[in-house]
Amino acid sequence: MKTKLAPRFAGTKLADEAQSILRSCVHCGFCNATCPTYQELNDERDGPRGRIYLIKQLFEGADVTSATRTHLDRCLTCRSCETTCPSGVQYGRLIDMARGVMEHELPRSPGQRAIRWGLRKTLPNATLFGALLRIGQSVRPMMPPALKNKIPPRQISPRQHKRSDTHKRVMLLLEGCAQPSATPNTNAAVTRVLDRLGISLIAPAKAGCCGAVSYHLGAHDEGLDHMRANIDAWWPDIENGAEAIVISASGCGTMIKEYGHLLKDDPIYAQKATRVSDLAKDIAEILANEPLDRLKLRPTGKKIAVHTPCTLQHGQAQPDLISNILKRSGFELLLTSENHLCCGSAGTYSILQPTLAKRLLKRKINALEGQKPDVIATANIGCQLHLQTGTKTPIVHWIELIDQVIEI
Amino acid sequence: MPDTNKMVRNELVKEFSSFLPADSIIADAETQKPYECDGLSAYCEMPLLVVLPSTIEQVEKIVTICHHRKVPIVARGAGTSLCAGAMPNEQGVLLGLAKFNKILEIDADARTARVQPGVTNLSISQAVRDLGLYYAPDPSSQIACTIGGNVAENSGGVHCLKYGLTVHNILELKMITAQGEFLTIGSQALDTPGLDLLALMTGSEGLLGIMVEITVKLLPTPENARVVMAGFDSVIQAGDAVRDIIANGIIPAGLEMMDHLAITASEDFAHAGYPTQSHALLLCELDGTDAEVDAYITRIENIFKKQGATTIKVSQNEAERVLFWKGRKSAFPAIGRLSPDYYCMDGSIPRSQISHVLSKIASLAQRYGLRVANVFHAGDGNLHPLILYDAGVPGELERTEQLGGEILELCVEAGGCITGEHGVGIEKIRQMPAQFSDQEIKQFMVIKDAFDPLGLLNPGKGIPTLKQCQEYRALNREHSHDHGHEAHAHD
Repeated sequence: MKTKLAPRFAGTKLADEAQSILRSCVHCGFCNATCPTYQELNDERDGPRGRIYLIKQLFEGADVTSATRTHLDRCLTCRSCETTCPSGVQYGRLIDMARGVMEHELPRSPGQRAIRWGLRKTLPNATLFGALLRIGQSVRPMMPPALKNKIPPRQISPRQHKRSDTHKRVMLLLEGCAQPSATPNTNAAVTRVLDRLGISLIAPAKAGCCGAVSYHLGAHDEGLDHMRANIDAWWPDIENGAEAIVISASGCGTMIKEYGHLLKDDPIYAQKATRVSDLAKDIAEILANEPLDRLKLRPTGKKIAVHTPCTLQHGQAQPDLISNILKRSGFELLLTSENHLCCGSAGTYSILQPTLAKRLLKRKINALEGQKPDVIATANIGCQLHLQTGTKTPIVHWIELIDQVIEI
Repeated sequence: MPDTNKMVRNELVKEFSSFLPADSIIADAETQKPYECDGLSAYCEMPLLVVLPSTIEQVEKIVTICHHRKVPIVARGAGTSLCAGAMPNEQGVLLGLAKFNKILEIDADARTARVQPGVTNLSISQAVRDLGLYYAPDPSSQIACTIGGNVAENSGGVHCLKYGLTVHNILELKMITAQGEFLTIGSQALDTPGLDLLALMTGSEGLLGIMVEITVKLLPTPENARVVMAGFDSVIQAGDAVRDIIANGIIPAGLEMMDHLAITASEDFAHAGYPTQSHALLLCELDGTDAEVDAYITRIENIFKKQGATTIKVSQNEAERVLFWKGRKSAFPAIGRLSPDYYCMDGSIPRSQISHVLSKIASLAQRYGLRVANVFHAGDGNLHPLILYDAGVPGELERTEQLGGEILELCVEAGGCITGEHGVGIEKIRQMPAQFSDQEIKQFMVIKDAFDPLGLLNPGKGIPTLKQCQEYRALNREHSHDHGHEAHAHD
């Protein structure tokens, strides 16, 4: 599609990248067909093709107001459109860039800025988030149901078992920000399963948030700082031969896989960032290449519905990975519909766009529960907590299912 | 925008606001912009106003108000048209029907479905799959294009060779006339007495009425369907293979051809296992009972071998069959990987002429210095040459349009016509006088006039005025004269 950058953008690396993405779009409209918000709202402005057009205006120098922002804000960044797009338009990258530019050029109201600032400061801070969550959990029984629903009850690890830290094979583990306090069972399961496979995990204390919260909220510099801090924290162990960075939240994994691209112009970090991105692996990618028979799995007869998070199926282009591992492990998987659609969690989306998030949640739960599953398995903490607010069926990280059936 | 237009717009907004929610009326230029074009983004026009109704009553009111005020209306579905059929009119209302996205009723016994016009083509087949049924016409954009748009353009698709175009697969239409009146045409039976208005409406490009409900026919899913994929060293060989298949009296469920550029671009997206070294690819689908399919596959393989196919692969299961088609169905946009813009032509020719026309297109492309990728319904003789260009290069769009015009006129010369399934819209209006005489054009106008005497529905599309016809013919003569000189200069 023809685009002509506004003079104030001409020659900047960011705008050049935006232009090359804009030009790769041929305006066919296939993307709208698989876009969750277009499915709900049926308005060209709320589908990828229309948003690309709005972003084109921004980079071409038109007067852009909060009217444009309304439609960009409604995008989940689920990247379902990228899976559908035959022309290979890197939409996720484009909308991130546009959001960054708009935060600078068109500051939000003080109230909106405060909410976003609050999210950026709380979620990525594991200690602060953990403390707040514990307070929430302690008063949870007294809360009205609507609010109660938002606070996940405290998880108790179902099984303990001794593990060894002395395997020859070593990998780094991303602990995440919300995970240690909200869903500690996930990484506990990762640790036990990998231990059984002869892999030790290390998690340097200085590693923190992957940067996704800040970056996707348009605070790019802050996001990049999180990324650099993680690279610094992991680098000594990478030099010592850690063979991968294991991630059990596919949202974080998608971000870390993009470090190389996002820091490509940073003279100090560019090379290291590429190495980190190459080493980043979802726990499913690790298991896909390991001999699972060594785990001696004894699957129960539970019927399972799988929700592959958008970050895994679209962001990392791995739509069948979890299902394949669960099938290989002997679990019975149920048929589900509209697998490509987002559940509405989408990072901070469920907080910032509650109405649409709820509509998508309802739709997703219906699509997952068509054949009455005993349990719904997913691969990202955001989806897990959000889905649980819409159903009584237990939602778990799939690795917990594997962990539960390892013969001890 | 002139002040009078602004005034009309403000008054319309006021009237529409009494029955439409605020977010269904788009009046600001900033967010109206994404509506300025359809799938052919080279042709743009900002509308006066965009409205997104969600009930038939709302459409009736909108059309009545517009009729009363003599304001043009352009209907739009998913905006995937490749002929600028849904390009807005600057003095008119763009009537988006995307919110009409419900399947109203499925009658498995009668094998019909009653659907709203904004339902996508593919979602009909998905909704009836568990009943062992499907909707046969399957344009490549079926994932996104709407059934309303399919009726407006009489869309075809891969399976039309055996199962017919949209016109052969619908039973009844409910529409709003230009005056805002509700009208039902056709019926739930196979035939209706009187003039065949259903056939007239199909392919009428939004010029005669606005469809608000469609009853489609459904077909039983065949017991078996398999695709034979063959690579050839030249498009001539592949074209001859198509001719042989038809001459042998075989009617495949689909018979599609792609040339080298299209093969490589599609393979890059779909990873369907296309032979990227080949200069031409044929995909031939056979359906029916197991025995029928097996017998036909042997015959098709023999024809392909006789014409020198270098690779032959037969789909081994349903997943592979779908994968073979995935590349073909995404071929147009996949061309976006090779070029920032493309111009998709849509001409039909007699099937015996394929090799001849393709070599002429290649030499025309060379003369214009532009690349042309060919993806088409070979079995129907429906060509889709895609001219690759860069809208950012001054003059390149104009040269592309000229080349496109020559290709369409070549189709007419070869005994074919200027559109197979995409419609005329704005894109091919200049070639209408090459296809039709003034007398024929006048007949089109009489029909248009009978339905829409004020000329408010999708004005400026589909049918050129007689004055335009004269101009286009004169321009064409001048143009071919110029090119005659150029060609000699190159000699």
